[in-house]
Amino acid sequence: MNKNIILCGVGGQGTILASKLIAAAAMKKDIPVMSAETIGMAQRGGSVFSYVRIGEGICSPMIARGTADLILGFEPGEAVRMLPYLKPDGQMVVSSRAIMPVTATLSGSSYSGDAMIAYLREQVRGLYVVDGEQACREIGSPKVLNILLLGAAAESGALGFTEEELREVIKERLPEKFHEINFRALSYAREQKETDHFRTEAL
Amino acid sequence: MHKEFLMGNEAIALGAIAAGVNLAAGYPGTPSSEVLETVAKRRVPGTYVEWSVNEKAAMEVAAGAAYAGARVMVTMKQVGLNVASDPLMSLEYIGVKGGMVVLVADDPGPISSQTEQDTRHFAAFSKVPCFDPCSAQEAYEMVQEAFDYSEKYGTPVFLRPTTRVCHGYASVTVKEAEEYRVNRPEGFVKDSGRWVIFPRLSLRNHEKIEARNETLSEDFSSYERNRIYPSGGRGAASGFGTAAGRDDASGTDSCGGTGKKGIAAGGISFTYAMEALKDSPQPARLFKVATPFPFPEKLALQFLYGLDEVLCLEELDPVIERELTYLCGKHHLPVKIYGKLTHHVKNAGENSRDSVNQNIADFLGDAAGQEDISRPLAQSASQPPSQSASQPSSQSVSQPSLPVRPPVLCAGCPHRASFYAVKTAMKGKKTIFCGDIGCYTLGNAMPLDMVDTCLCMGAGLGIAQGVGRIEPDTSCFAFVGDSTFFASAITGVVNAVYNQANMTLVVLDNSTTAMTGHQPHPGTGRTVMGDVTAKVSIEAVLRGIGVSVVETVNPLDLSASVACVKRVAAEPGVKAILFRSPCIAITKPSGCLRIDQDRCIRCGKCIRELGCPALVTDNGRVCVDASLCTGCGFCAQVCPVDAIRKPSGAQPDAGAGPAQAGAGEGNGNPAQSCGGGDGNE
Repeated sequence: MNKNIILCGVGGQGTILASKLIAAAAMKKDIPVMSAETIGMAQRGGSVFSYVRIGEGICSPMIARGTADLILGFEPGEAVRMLPYLKPDGQMVVSSRAIMPVTATLSGSSYSGDAMIAYLREQVRGLYVVDGEQACREIGSPKVLNILLLGAAAESGALGFTEEELREVIKERLPEKFHEINFRALSYAREQKETDHFRTEAL
Repeated sequence: MHKEFLMGNEAIALGAIAAGVNLAAGYPGTPSSEVLETVAKRRVPGTYVEWSVNEKAAMEVAAGAAYAGARVMVTMKQVGLNVASDPLMSLEYIGVKGGMVVLVADDPGPISSQTEQDTRHFAAFSKVPCFDPCSAQEAYEMVQEAFDYSEKYGTPVFLRPTTRVCHGYASVTVKEAEEYRVNRPEGFVKDSGRWVIFPRLSLRNHEKIEARNETLSEDFSSYERNRIYPSGGRGAASGFGTAAGRDDASGTDSCGGTGKKGIAAGGISFTYAMEALKDSPQPARLFKVATPFPFPEKLALQFLYGLDEVLCLEELDPVIERELTYLCGKHHLPVKIYGKLTHHVKNAGENSRDSVNQNIADFLGDAAGQEDISRPLAQSASQPPSQSASQPSSQSVSQPSLPVRPPVLCAGCPHRASFYAVKTAMKGKKTIFCGDIGCYTLGNAMPLDMVDTCLCMGAGLGIAQGVGRIEPDTSCFAFVGDSTFFASAITGVVNAVYNQANMTLVVLDNSTTAMTGHQPHPGTGRTVMGDVTAKVSIEAVLRGIGVSVVETVNPLDLSASVACVKRVAAEPGVKAILFRSPCIAITKPSGCLRIDQDRCIRCGKCIRELGCPALVTDNGRVCVDASLCTGCGFCAQVCPVDAIRKPSGAQPDAGAGPAQAGAGEGNGNPAQSCGGGDGNE
């Protein structure tokens, strides 16, 4: 298996933990893995990304444009920002909930998450849109978006790891008190795959 | 041996531990901080680790230990080396007994720094040998080799990774604890002819250093991490530089029959070049430079021999390019050297896979990889593209403009409250606000707009004094953090008191070194090894220096803070205000606020004046983002109609900062989900 995966969002959304779990799943199968992520000042409310590269023959943790197999977009605007990195036949799982930057709130301007999603529908054939806000509400925590998106990517087959493999690494990497809520996020991703919350585009 | 998924900095730390490091000292700075933290976390019994008060202190502590025969590591970021340069420049003349690795992390971009200075140049300037790893695995092995070179030649050595090596992760093959080297220091042996620097000794040692570096250049030509790949990346997919996978050892075989072109690269740029050449239809001879100083001249000549043109790919300064250009002149070689000096490669900012792909494609005269199929490269490929960067050809909808997300102070950050209090108190007065390096640099952003200058750590104090000399009618403020105060502000305060300056020092004390990841410092009462220690009191230090007025106030209490600033700033001479409230990242949130929509008059004052990320608008209504609000209650004090409240209906308590607010306060109500969750990140 050879995969380039990008996780992108806004600082604090849990992209880094999600990338660590993917890497852990690869390590368990003894597949070489490299990753890179935004650290430092930009983490504070800024755009953040993680790159995860899995497979033999990787020299650097960085991903070139047009070579990502999968993008996990934690935020629609950030997903559009990273779109040039997606392969022409690459897949994307994106949360539809937009996060307004402080600058937009200050200037009274706003940007439209719906417009971003509409644009992605035009551009990406393998697109999964997740209503992250409703899903997190139903699951019971605003902090499970990362596991939800991982679950959705696993269900679609784009991640290359199964729900069961994700459960295993969650068990190993997270404190026990967080297992249940994250398992619920994975189950939710599986059960809701075909409902309105996961509007699966033609793949 | 076993595999671990490690950050480059963690790999460096584990490499140092495997090499038997006895003492590690450093000062936090992105992208270097995790090295020392990991040495502390994974250390074997008997190892001593400290966060020193600054880089100069760290260098001196480590030098003493190395005099006594210990293996030592000093860690810092590139601008930290400026602070540590005084002891280092002299130390190179004295030398060391135990191995000494000076870990300096460079920051191309720059991503989190004031400068794009290149430590490889500092190596040449200080005559200290320099190792430049290209991956986490190589860094792990290289730091162990660096210790051996340091002891063999009796000199400190640099290990100089860059951000993408420091902060990249990889599955790294590491040693078992039984395989670690054990180093038992002999102890300090008195010998004033060796350890006491005098002009006569300096002259003699200077001659020795020059001779030694010529020997080292020879030695480095056979150091296996400096190497020539006759046909670029082909057949050398993943094994470069690892113990397991050396392929075509350095040699001068023909370069695939066609090659009159070569590429020289170092650090992360080497890995980018390797990946580009792997799929390139055009072969090229590739030269990996792992020791930029002293430059491996002999090996470089082997690389240059028979080539017509060479492209140099490196970040920051054109160090490899200058060396090769010099060698061509020295040996009358008819090889054209291209790079930053010839404007074939951009001379500032970070390289990326895309920029290197493009540089190589341009150089070899064909597409370097098969990767760039549908989407064109942007002019500056190092950053994620802006809306104008990429437009797939088949589109029917134009890309909507993307949100801009500059970094901001966190929701509930006490620095926001401190800045707001000073701004409110000094409104209408002639002022200058001199800032410093840390989270509070973000106070420059709108709407606070409270940082007029920022130069380097501790500089705000001197700048405030200098402005005051020329503009005596300006009320001059210098802002520093608590860690920064200890690191480099104290001499500035002494200078101000001694020279009878007129200024106000504002210490933003959040009880941690926040920006670099919450390291302890002399004011916290904890050490990196987990010990409880004496707290150094900032107030007592200031009083001891002779600052006449020193007041401490909780910045989350707006009216008390404003009154304090007005009172203190009106005093003559040097005076100080300590705003003390802990960083929100090290305290529990106290339940989030809510907006009473019936009371809210939608004036927007809270949003317009504070810019807290937790205050958002939704169809014209002001709302609190429950996932961000910490319950600090500061915005409630700014609201003119008392519409912002604690969820229980209780009035916001002006004095209840996170320090005092019990963690239980928000429990049992619907808002407790804010800040709860599953502990991700």
